[in-house]
Amino acid sequence: MSYCRIIVLAATLVAVGSARADEALDALKQQLQLLQQQVQQLQQKVAELESAKATAPAAVGDLTASASPKEVRSPSAKTWSPADPIPLGRSGNAYINLSLVGDTTFGWSTTPDVQRIEGAHHDPSQRGFTLQGAELTLDGAVDPYFTALATIPLVLEPGGETVVEIEEAWVQTTSLPWNLQVKAGQMFANFGRHNQLHAHSWDFVDQPIVITRLLGGDGLRNPGAQLSWLAPLPIFTELSLGVFNSDHSSFRGDYGHAHGAEEGEPHYSKLHGGVPMDRSLRGPQDLLYVPRLAVSFDLSETQTILLGASAAVGPNNSGPNAGTQIFGADLYWKWRPVNAQQGFPFVSWQTEFLFRRYEAAERVHPLDDGEVVLPSETLKDWGLYSQVLWGFKRGWVAGLRGEYVSGNDAMFRSELRLDRSRVSPNLTFYPTEFSKIRLQYNYDHIQQWGDEHSIWLQVEFLLGAHAAHKF
Amino acid sequence: MKSTAIIMALSLTVSAQAKLNVVATLPDLAALAREIGGDQVEVACIGKPGEDPHFIQAKPSNIVLLNRADVLIENGLELEIGWLPALLEQSRNYKIRAGAPGWILASVNVPLLEIPTGPVTRAMGDVHPYGNPHFLLDPERGKMAAKNIAEGFKRVAPQFAAEFDANLAKLEKRIDAALAEAQKILAPYRGAKVVSYHKSLTYFEERFGLMEIGNIEPKPGIPPSPSHITALIGQMKQDDVKLILTEAWHELRTPQLLALKTGAKVVVLPTQVGSSADATDYPSVCVAMAKAIAKAMKQ
Repeated sequence: MSYCRIIVLAATLVAVGSARADEALDALKQQLQLLQQQVQQLQQKVAELESAKATAPAAVGDLTASASPKEVRSPSAKTWSPADPIPLGRSGNAYINLSLVGDTTFGWSTTPDVQRIEGAHHDPSQRGFTLQGAELTLDGAVDPYFTALATIPLVLEPGGETVVEIEEAWVQTTSLPWNLQVKAGQMFANFGRHNQLHAHSWDFVDQPIVITRLLGGDGLRNPGAQLSWLAPLPIFTELSLGVFNSDHSSFRGDYGHAHGAEEGEPHYSKLHGGVPMDRSLRGPQDLLYVPRLAVSFDLSETQTILLGASAAVGPNNSGPNAGTQIFGADLYWKWRPVNAQQGFPFVSWQTEFLFRRYEAAERVHPLDDGEVVLPSETLKDWGLYSQVLWGFKRGWVAGLRGEYVSGNDAMFRSELRLDRSRVSPNLTFYPTEFSKIRLQYNYDHIQQWGDEHSIWLQVEFLLGAHAAHKF
Repeated sequence: MKSTAIIMALSLTVSAQAKLNVVATLPDLAALAREIGGDQVEVACIGKPGEDPHFIQAKPSNIVLLNRADVLIENGLELEIGWLPALLEQSRNYKIRAGAPGWILASVNVPLLEIPTGPVTRAMGDVHPYGNPHFLLDPERGKMAAKNIAEGFKRVAPQFAAEFDANLAKLEKRIDAALAEAQKILAPYRGAKVVSYHKSLTYFEERFGLMEIGNIEPKPGIPPSPSHITALIGQMKQDDVKLILTEAWHELRTPQLLALKTGAKVVVLPTQVGSSADATDYPSVCVAMAKAIAKAMKQ
């Protein structure tokens, strides 16, 4: 725009010759001065109006009574110069908080098939570079009665294809009586601690194995509704019950990620070996129920503990009436001195234990040349992880995680039920709350498979609104 | 510790009919609320003396406090944005939601400093887009916060309006007296050049005539880099800076290094009620701060 003007101006100047050019320049200068004066006058008026609005008469009286006018420097009293930018809007006035989190990992593993050991959807998925996700989050108050949030990650698959997900999209009440709160939509089930975290809030590069195995590569999340109640007790006691339509791996759906299935393979469940049954919703017995109880109290001024017990009960796809029950217990303890600088130093300890009882019905396992019938049996899996984080210096966190998972013997030998243990030390540097750099080593020991070593360097950035941290 | 908390909570429920349950985010706001509310309120505070107001640990026990509150007093201007919204959401208490009668914003009508005029980006560090939120360090502005609190109390419990007004008037007189005392203490040092750790002392310096020539943080919330410290040492020597002001939650290593290199004194200011033995209530905070500065200047 201004570029065009300059060209036009230059052309005009050349055309009218140097004598006329001086006149034209003078005229332009005069015009500019006039415009500048007008702008200044307008700006002054705006400033006067703004200051009249910003300081109530009472407040002004208070100040002038005991302070010199110089000390009550109202921001609008500052003289404006044309070089100052004019603010058109600022954060906080918007109806939507918008943020984008990007996670990139670079690393190497002794196994070329990284997805066999890193099963969750936001884990590193290949040697070299992985874009673990670019996650768009929108949230805000809908009206005086509801708040809402949507998280939409874009994931770059190893094949180069970009996949868009709706990780969460829910609405939550703010004004129900009797300490009740209702949430509805697509959401992470309120089960344990890790399941409710988005990938960028993880303390390690990857998801704990027991969570991936029992709650799934994307976590336990489905469309549904949840009612929660804060008990009127002196210590924090929250009860919640979620009800979901279940297409989940431990329940009705098949194992592995929905868009990770390979074509052409004989179609059977990688968990129980049978041909998965398409279970439709016949009644309340086919829904997934997730109750949870969480209790928290302060051990001292600097130490807080949170204990939780969760369950998830619903149908599975091995037979028309087969069901799955998952039980979990979690503990989170944190120490932080009162005079911490930007939250440092701190020490936290988090442990989750999960047990799954999977009723596998009598089912047909397809072979290349025929089929075999597997008897009904109960698959029992359990696992735990325990992690300690030490924020030893402003911006620096050292972490150590230990994990173990195991499953009982069954007719179908599933790779997803092998005994496995993993030890992961890591070091994270947070230049600010909005960026982090993390280095992690994984030592993996898998039954009938052997040892695998992996090293990952993760870089994360956050643009836009930063949601407040929950405990 | 735990049992006293339980007993306190139980006794709160017993006397809940009689008194207003007030929760304040910061110790200074709690202190103001106690004086204005008098016998009609029971005040609890989320932040502790010596705790950085930007980074208060959000605990589930705070959710319980907020759940029972009739009134919430917050500083505002995004000072509490890192931890309060999540607590409020989980508190399920619509009486204290933003805009509800039980929600008191202490910063209403307070003239602010350092309102960014241009576009704000995070490349500038943690700049508060509405202006510097640490206005409680200026007693004049503290009186405005006190007035806002009294207005809020009258809105929720109009039957005690006269009592709140009387308490407010008494408090304002005491703040005026304290301000006069602090000004007397600091009168010899008007115009003294200082360096502060974070940009949190602007209102105090403005009120008492101290000249801040730089911050230890190169940008708000950004840790000091060696090059910034080197430049700051040069600046301090050039301007003959005698004082390095900081608060309880900042590390002391860098201020001490600066002191060693320049001969200036490090003063950890008692900027909140309860952060030193003589900062017992809101009016005495400015006097305690003035005394700490005067003591360092005399050394």
